[in-house]
Amino acid sequence: MTPQEIQQKIEQELPGSKVEILDPRKDGVHLKAIVTYKEFSGKSLLEQHRMVYNALKEELKQEVHALALETKEEEKIEELRKEQ
Amino acid sequence: MNEDLKKRIEDMIQSKKVFLFMKGTPDAPQCGFSLKVGELLKSLHVDFGSFDVLENEDIRQGIKEYANWPTIPQLYINGKFIGGCDITLQLANSGELKKLLEE
Repeated sequence: MTPQEIQQKIEQELPGSKVEILDPRKDGVHLKAIVTYKEFSGKSLLEQHRMVYNALKEELKQEVHALALETKEEEKIEELRKEQ
Repeated sequence: MNEDLKKRIEDMIQSKKVFLFMKGTPDAPQCGFSLKVGELLKSLHVDFGSFDVLENEDIRQGIKEYANWPTIPQLYINGKFIGGCDITLQLANSGELKKLLEE
């Protein structure tokens, strides 16, 4: 599964999320996903990570070995900008 | 999950205040994520129990279902599932892990 496919899958399962996939070791295996999603608001870290993992349920069983996660609520600065 | 497997998992989690399911052992971890959590606990001088899921496929799969969490490592404190590598490191950075360990 390519980084792009992982990104698309998460964005599809968590509509409105923004996903960035990093490949810090440049090996295509040890990937890191940074997920920004409004629905994370008010949820614990554990719940936020579970939401992303649920989006990749099938993939994590087989093709995805290592996916580091960082989750963020919708970036506040952007919201402020929109309001102005 | 059958009751026997669930009980084996619960017995392990209850056996120590801090328990880590990992790939490999604290001294010979077999995966970078397990390595990081093990090293973190060692650096905090935490006395923790651990189980190498590579030794037992039933536990390896069972623990994923038990915690509703698809990956290893899994850290438990006071019998409660805390998270995997990313969450544990994040909680360590924010100081929350220390609080959990002191509870």
